[in-house]
Amino acid sequence: MQVHQQTSEHSDAIDLMVNMGPQHPSTHGVFRLVIWVDGERIVRVEPHIGYLHRGSEKICESEQYNQIVTLFDRLDYVGNLNNELAFCLAVEKLTETVVPERAEYIRVILCELNRIASHMLFYGVYGLDAGATTPMLYGFRERERVQELFESVTGARMMHNYIRIGGVKEDVPADFEKNVRKLLDDLKQGVEECDSLLSQNEMFLARTKGVGVISGDEALDYGVTGPALRASGVVEDVRVTDPYSIYERFDFGIPVGSMGDCWDRYFVRVEEMRESIKIIEQALSELPKGEISAKVRRIVRPPAGDVFIRTESPRGDLGVYIVSDGSDKPYRVKVRPPSFANLQALEYMLKDTYIADAVLVLGSIDIIMGEVDR
Amino acid sequence: MKIQAPMIGFINGLLVTIKTTLRRPVTAEYPSVEKRLALSDRYMGFPALTWDYDVKEPYCTGCMVCVRECPTQCMSAQMKDNPKHEENLSRRRKIIDSFEINLGRCILCGICVDVCNFDAIEMSHEYELSKYQRNANRVNLNQLLDMGSSFQNKIGWKPKQPQKNSGVPQPPKASEESS
Ligand code: SF4
Ligand code: SF4
Repeated sequence: MQVHQQTSEHSDAIDLMVNMGPQHPSTHGVFRLVIWVDGERIVRVEPHIGYLHRGSEKICESEQYNQIVTLFDRLDYVGNLNNELAFCLAVEKLTETVVPERAEYIRVILCELNRIASHMLFYGVYGLDAGATTPMLYGFRERERVQELFESVTGARMMHNYIRIGGVKEDVPADFEKNVRKLLDDLKQGVEECDSLLSQNEMFLARTKGVGVISGDEALDYGVTGPALRASGVVEDVRVTDPYSIYERFDFGIPVGSMGDCWDRYFVRVEEMRESIKIIEQALSELPKGEISAKVRRIVRPPAGDVFIRTESPRGDLGVYIVSDGSDKPYRVKVRPPSFANLQALEYMLKDTYIADAVLVLGSIDIIMGEVDR
Repeated sequence: MKIQAPMIGFINGLLVTIKTTLRRPVTAEYPSVEKRLALSDRYMGFPALTWDYDVKEPYCTGCMVCVRECPTQCMSAQMKDNPKHEENLSRRRKIIDSFEINLGRCILCGICVDVCNFDAIEMSHEYELSKYQRNANRVNLNQLLDMGSSFQNKIGWKPKQPQKNSGVPQPPKASEESS
């Protein structure tokens, strides 16, 4: 940490400027937060992003459509399948491809598993942020189980390149259903364990209750989406309010918080894992037989035009906008990453909190820098 | 939120951790070859070239489709006329002359395997990338074939389209003679 002194614009007292990051274990990536403090209180923060900028959107313009899926894997590198899905849905809408039923079900099952894996990672590192080391071990254990299943289905633990335009890459292995059912049993138990380990822990409650509060209206104004918005009591989930793929067929709840503080943002995610398990169980019992991919040319050439699609990634409302000029490469790809918008509200949430809580508030909105910087 | 007696949450947490003392560890020891986790059948490691044991030559004909489709442009290939074809020992007219993949650049996406029409490239089960020289990850044709044949032996690999891609010369037919 570097420390500078500077006269504040807000008062005549001298504020300390504290530089948190870019190399800081609690910033969840390479992220720099400049904090002005007056004593222990935070006066103002200034997020600096761009340390992980890879120019993904620009690279998309020089890659063919089926190669771009690999780039989307690497935006939100914890919710890879959800990102692949968003891109493939956009291209399918542009080319008016009808995806076979079986592929849709496989996609939903894997995406929801991915949501659980992502929330488990959040659970683990959020425990660390709050100063508890044990939750990390439990969160990673459960995430590891999901990744093992991914490895047996997609061949990779994180960068799958499995969801393709028109369907999925290959059919699931023969023991897929059995494995998922076993995994779900483990996960149910795992979520319960995780929940009783941390959620009601008095020290954790004392640190997160009433910290970093944001009201529903404010959150909407800042463009916050996903669990961070639902924690403020707003019922908004793209899977329900603007269903894509086959989500309207499933019966699941949207967990919402009441206060909009760190604990709500944490607990909404724990509840969401339970809802995801419900979705997977329903999808698994209905999993139809049949084709796993529509007939798609090896080189996809969508008609000229543009398309926007929004999906619910583990972090929120993930939008993909594609402009096609009729060639095999897109003219422009724009991603609306949820983490980027959620990060905007950080300044509001951190105002007037203690500096010791800065890490907790930052952790509670669960940003992935690969997605923020793209 | 439920109202509860003080320290119940804390004690619940302790109960969870105490339970784990009674079970086996879930972790594996990585560098040890016997104790590391087993890979699943579909695991996608580095791409490797397959070896046609019937005619003792690679399946790869050097058609360059994979080179063009690779999103990271990490491979290069060159084809040559197949000397075995002239002696009628193989059906492949063209064969790979040199092939290089920069494994440090490869993102293990599997696109090269999808696009290859000759079953010539497979995602092997190799995944270790640490080397002593920077350029040691640029692997040439022989290394790729070594990786490929050990992978083939490990999983008992069979070509996906054996009729089309086998290199065993077939008895000449009248129609093929003329072409
Ligand atoms: S590996 Fe397959 S696609 Fe690549 S050059 Fe060889 S035959 Fe062609
Ligand atoms: S796996 Fe992907 S990145 Fe690697 S060589 Fe094949 S096409 Fe290229």
